[in-house]
Amino acid sequence: MGMTMAEKILAMHSGKEEVRPGEIVMARLDFMLGNDVTAPLAIKKFRELSDKVFDRERIAIVLDHFTPNKDIKSAEQCKFSREFAREQGIKWFFEGGNVGVEHCLLPELGLVLPGDLIIGADSHTCTYGALGAFATGVGSTDLAVAMATGEAWFRVPETVKFVYSGELQPWVTGKDLILHTIGDIGVNGALYKAMEFSGEVVEGLSMAERMTMSNMAIEAGAKTGLIEPDGKTLAYVKERAQRGFTPVKSDEDAVYSKVVEYDVSELEPIVAFPHLPENTVPVSKASKMDIKIDQVFIGSCTNGRYEDLKMAAEVLEGQKVAEWVRLIVIPCSRNVYFRAMKEGLLEVFHEAGAVIGPPTCGPCLGGHMGILASGERAVSTSNRNFVGRMGHPESEVYLANPYVAAASAVLGRIASPEEVVK
Amino acid sequence: MKARGRAWKYGDHVDTDVIIPARYLNTSDPSELAKHVLEDLDPEFRFRVGPGDMIVAGENFGSGSSREHAPIAIKAAGVSCVIAKSFARIFYRNAINIGLPILEAPEAVERIETGDELEVDFSTGEIRNLTKGETYRAEPFPEFVMEIIESGGLVEYTKRRLGK
Repeated sequence: MGMTMAEKILAMHSGKEEVRPGEIVMARLDFMLGNDVTAPLAIKKFRELSDKVFDRERIAIVLDHFTPNKDIKSAEQCKFSREFAREQGIKWFFEGGNVGVEHCLLPELGLVLPGDLIIGADSHTCTYGALGAFATGVGSTDLAVAMATGEAWFRVPETVKFVYSGELQPWVTGKDLILHTIGDIGVNGALYKAMEFSGEVVEGLSMAERMTMSNMAIEAGAKTGLIEPDGKTLAYVKERAQRGFTPVKSDEDAVYSKVVEYDVSELEPIVAFPHLPENTVPVSKASKMDIKIDQVFIGSCTNGRYEDLKMAAEVLEGQKVAEWVRLIVIPCSRNVYFRAMKEGLLEVFHEAGAVIGPPTCGPCLGGHMGILASGERAVSTSNRNFVGRMGHPESEVYLANPYVAAASAVLGRIASPEEVVK
Repeated sequence: MKARGRAWKYGDHVDTDVIIPARYLNTSDPSELAKHVLEDLDPEFRFRVGPGDMIVAGENFGSGSSREHAPIAIKAAGVSCVIAKSFARIFYRNAINIGLPILEAPEAVERIETGDELEVDFSTGEIRNLTKGETYRAEPFPEFVMEIIESGGLVEYTKRRLGK
């Protein structure tokens, strides 16, 4: 009986020939990460266990959430993390001009690779599933123990396979595939499980769009969201990889707890309404509801990559943002920022009337740089639209792809890109 | 080990953003976090919760972020236990890792109402509703998870494992 990718990676890392869903394994980790919110707690717990990290080259500390430091308390958290990184000689410490949103930065730098087993003290660690890594979010205590021992325990998850077929309509992206999926199965539709995204449509997506899909596996409750490494994956990692890696694919006879098939030929861009990512509405319907907006955010670990900014620029080229809308664009890393600058995307945003921010998670989690007041509405390319996610508990967040976000900024209401680009 | 307290009942998908909003994540001090626990879901909770009280909720409790600040805030507010139909997986791990008792008990959640006086026996998983005169049973934990709980959390478990 074969194994799924998730099972194979867990078996490989726990010294077993095979593992089965439900089994609990202690496994060796390839990489781990924490940020300015989660690392300080992890460091305090780590001190109780050890005075030296297990391997200074397999840990990343990324100060990306409330940076550039938004207040004194945040600055203290960063200082505490920085001192630890220096003391331990952590090789992959990022702040200031080197920082990027962690889940954009680490793939871009070749620190997370196919076949890896990775934990991160951040729920969107599942993003690296797009590279074929078993990557999952944990809390600070799990990170603390892992920094001391290089290991973590896992319950082997059942895998649900999602197969996407058909040909995508214009303006439909990886973001819409994952929102459609969450809308179908619900925010706990894959609770405790691994998702595996496959099929001709996924094969046709860019690495950036694949990362968008895997990134939101957690929004269906999943432990991770995997995509089999193919030629695109290998081309992406080949020029970046900082160490060796072993790509893993699911066996032909792997056992899935469920296989879900979608023909997405008729799929439209999707908007997820407040206050859950499962509240999905096709853009043709949402755009007729005259939902006035106050802010648009284009960025985050979900949709802040170069390809996402290019989508937004395609709609914003030669356009102006509605006068009552604040458009905030945040390239997710220094490389993305620089490329967007060189290739003229920042100019398009500037001309349209956007504010362009430094790489940070910032507004996505209501941290800083774009907090909403009571009664305000935002369209965001990020991943969560929970109550109070981006600010006041009486504000509202609508999730969408970069095309829809850009079109909405121009028209000042939730809009379809077709209404702007004729 | 037993706990006793009043029930505070909520619905499905109580997420970590309403348990402790990101605007308070610039600290990890438990007493600071407890001051804001559940603020965006039930602004009265933090003022009225008593020592030993229990949160009772539907499916997918603790969904969203990996912030361990969420179970820390709940524990520091004096809550003795969270009973839910199901937990989001990172919250589940975090609660066990930091020693906040959690119980999966769908039937109990159906029956319990806010204000009911509850008594929980963690060794047997028995939940007694003293107000209604009913008894429910929670799902047992896997043996490995039980070892972490009995050690007093993951750090203590690891110390034991490493022979420290």
